[in-house]
Amino acid sequence: MAVIADREGAYAPPVREENYLTWDHSIKSWLFTQDHKRIAILYLISITVFFLLGGIFAMLFRIELLTPAGDVFEADRYNKFFTLHGVIMIFFFLIPSVPATLGNFLVPIMVGARDLAFPKINLASWWVFNVAGVFALLVLVTGGVDTGWTFYSPLSTSYANTSVFLAVTAAFAAGFSSILTGINFIVTVHKMRAPGLTWFRLPLFIWANYATGVVIMLGTPVVAITLFLIAVERLWGVGIFDPALGGDSVLFQHMFWFYSHPAVYIMILPGFGVISEIIPCFSRNRIFGYPFIAFSTLSIAILGFFVWGHHMFVSGQSFYTGMVFSFLTMFIAAPTAVKIMNWTFTLHGGNVIMTTPMLYAIGFIGLFTIGGVTGLFLAAMGLDVPLHDTYFVVAHFHFTMVGGMAMAFFAGIHFWWPKMIGKMYPEFMGKFACIIIFTGFNLTFMPQFIVGWLGMPRRYHAYPEEWQVLNVMSTAGASILGFGFLACIACLIWSAFWGKPAKQNPWGAKGLEWEVCTSPPHPHNFTSIPVVTEEAYSYTGEEVLDID
Amino acid sequence: MSEEHHIVPWKNYAINFCVITVLMFLTVWVADQDYGVMNLPIALIIAIMKTLCIVLFFMNVKYSSHLTWVFAGAGFFWFLIMIGFIIVDFTEFGGMYTNSLPGSQSAIGVP
Amino acid sequence: MTSVTMGPAEPVIPHHFETKPQHNECNILGMWLFLAQEIMFFGGLFTAYAVYRFKYPDAWEAGSAELNRAIGTGNTIVLLVSSLTMALSVYFAQTDQFKKLVASFSLTMVFGAIFLIVKAFEYHEKYTHGLIPGAWWDPIHPPEIDDPSKMQLFFIMYFIMTGMHAFHMVIGLIIAAVMMIMMLKRKFGPNKYMPVEMFGFYWHFVDIVWVFLFPMVYLI
Ligand SMILES: [Cu+2]
Repeated sequence: MAVIADREGAYAPPVREENYLTWDHSIKSWLFTQDHKRIAILYLISITVFFLLGGIFAMLFRIELLTPAGDVFEADRYNKFFTLHGVIMIFFFLIPSVPATLGNFLVPIMVGARDLAFPKINLASWWVFNVAGVFALLVLVTGGVDTGWTFYSPLSTSYANTSVFLAVTAAFAAGFSSILTGINFIVTVHKMRAPGLTWFRLPLFIWANYATGVVIMLGTPVVAITLFLIAVERLWGVGIFDPALGGDSVLFQHMFWFYSHPAVYIMILPGFGVISEIIPCFSRNRIFGYPFIAFSTLSIAILGFFVWGHHMFVSGQSFYTGMVFSFLTMFIAAPTAVKIMNWTFTLHGGNVIMTTPMLYAIGFIGLFTIGGVTGLFLAAMGLDVPLHDTYFVVAHFHFTMVGGMAMAFFAGIHFWWPKMIGKMYPEFMGKFACIIIFTGFNLTFMPQFIVGWLGMPRRYHAYPEEWQVLNVMSTAGASILGFGFLACIACLIWSAFWGKPAKQNPWGAKGLEWEVCTSPPHPHNFTSIPVVTEEAYSYTGEEVLDID
Repeated sequence: MSEEHHIVPWKNYAINFCVITVLMFLTVWVADQDYGVMNLPIALIIAIMKTLCIVLFFMNVKYSSHLTWVFAGAGFFWFLIMIGFIIVDFTEFGGMYTNSLPGSQSAIGVP
Repeated sequence: MTSVTMGPAEPVIPHHFETKPQHNECNILGMWLFLAQEIMFFGGLFTAYAVYRFKYPDAWEAGSAELNRAIGTGNTIVLLVSSLTMALSVYFAQTDQFKKLVASFSLTMVFGAIFLIVKAFEYHEKYTHGLIPGAWWDPIHPPEIDDPSKMQLFFIMYFIMTGMHAFHMVIGLIIAAVMMIMMLKRKFGPNKYMPVEMFGFYWHFVDIVWVFLFPMVYLI
């Protein structure tokens, strides 16, 4: 790729061979860094802590569900466990997962810029996130919260006597940090692309993060104000949403889901972006139907705002509104299916190389398809009535969020690990952990589809005896899944210290981050701003792996 | 656009201010008249006109790029999506459930 | 015009931008995105307001009648004037007129402060009329409608919406105070007026929120 001369004196040129990890070792240079790459690493550490914390709560309530009777934990404690699992996993892991780590790291590099448009705001985003995290930890030490992650009123406003106020504050602040990231991405993609980098030469990861930014910007403030109203109602003792005091709890659900349905696209769209990078790379094939994937990303982001009522078919939403929402929800399956088809066609005729990221990506396609198709069951208004609030719903969104998003997240982390850290992870261990995760995942959630279909409601700590076999399978699977995640994280952390140094382009991949940046990148990404002369994914099939 | 950044003459700001002030007194005056169901739409239309004055001339969107128009519009449009669907759900168009009647109790407890 | 230009002599470009126009465009776009999310933030409140107004029209009429329309109108004018002086501040920064810049920016802050003070008196008046919802709710003249308790909901929305608006004004005044100090140190000028313009965007946006609040709360 050609390069142009740099603007003179724009920054001090490096004195010696250094990268963004090594140029300054002080703690201060990390905590107050404005370098998007370091902020990505900081975020990675923060969300890993919350991921493990959320996982611990999942294990605790899975243990309770081993036996039909509510014998290990009393109902209150069980309620707190699943609530904390939900709040932490959604607001502190899934929403920031890919955008705040891989997105922060890669968006400026992929568009050929030196940093995001607002580096200070990017740093502020991480600090706000940690303040939110402190509130979340305060929830833990003050006795937890038991409303479910949805904070439905009047349970959250009038009946719960737990730390609802702290929990909504934590979610509010976490949302605010994601808004800052989202705005940064949109401005960067619009205004900071390198010369020659037209919209249709952008990697699809950029399209995905751009669309995510739009959803974050337009959706998150609504949940912020809704949670604020919940906090006001609790503190002030007035009825905004509590029907007993003249409010309307259906209004709460409307405002909550106006954000929280699009929020699932905040979680999954960046995952789509990751998969769109990995599949062509390890198929050694141009991506099939680039513009279709790009526009399906945007249309998911926009359509996603028209379907929130499918969460309210049985909560007092009017009948005709429900029909409209049911109809619109069916629509959104189309652009998602377009993506799945295009990835599959990219594999077709390609020279497929089964590395760890590719294993995760293939797993993603299978699991996400199951998650998406079962979503259509729930979008059908009639079928949702018996299935609503059963384990079928739980299994559905875990297939999309864990089978989809967590798989995509780990795919991306493995794929860009050599670039971010400059070390290779041990390939065998990576694949081993991936297979364990895949097995454990299916064993956990497949039985939940069945037990949900049989009618087991979610959020109860006891159940009839005939469902015990399926629940034991699920708990066993959860243990395997937890072990897989630990193995994966341990393997990555080990390799960060003792792994083999990575070459500049170990995968033979296309893209500015591989072809121009060193591993790990220079503190200012590029010694001079690149000029892009070709499309993304111009694989010829000749690329070779460059690993010792 | 620092070189060709549009510097708006101060007179434009003054004229714009006068227009907004007139609109404000208009909306106060109109509020005392009774147009029945049209009271709310008229007040909203005047408010939207004032907003347009502020956005286009005080905030210089008139001289800004298309991109600014798109995102300034997106904010308002998305707000309309939200309020549109939610209000429709609470009106008689919704039908069937108890919350469809104005002034009735909340929908808690319906089938 | 003075011989010495206020503000930096040359445009300042942070390291990660290539050109000054790019920097400016990023600022403008970023600010508009922030305002778009602010629209959605207040949009949630307006939606709640609209739904309850639709459900309890009598209570809303009775509640609105309790408000002092003269004060509301006066305050609207105060805010509009502050918007005008804000717009003029940007103009004076662009055209290198230091004294006028300081004067008009100070006026913006003064009018903003007047608005808040008037608002405080208004809140106090509501307190003396027993119109603070919650434990203090004790209206001195209860409305003659079917369900008087519903008027409380109007005042909940009134206090939250005007309160959230006032909170944005307070934040604005704090930022303005910091900018005033920088301004007196001659940090802004024709080569660096973006912070003034960006603050202006925020200030005008707060004005727009009031443009909708005023008729919805006081008039109809
Ligand atoms: Cu949904």
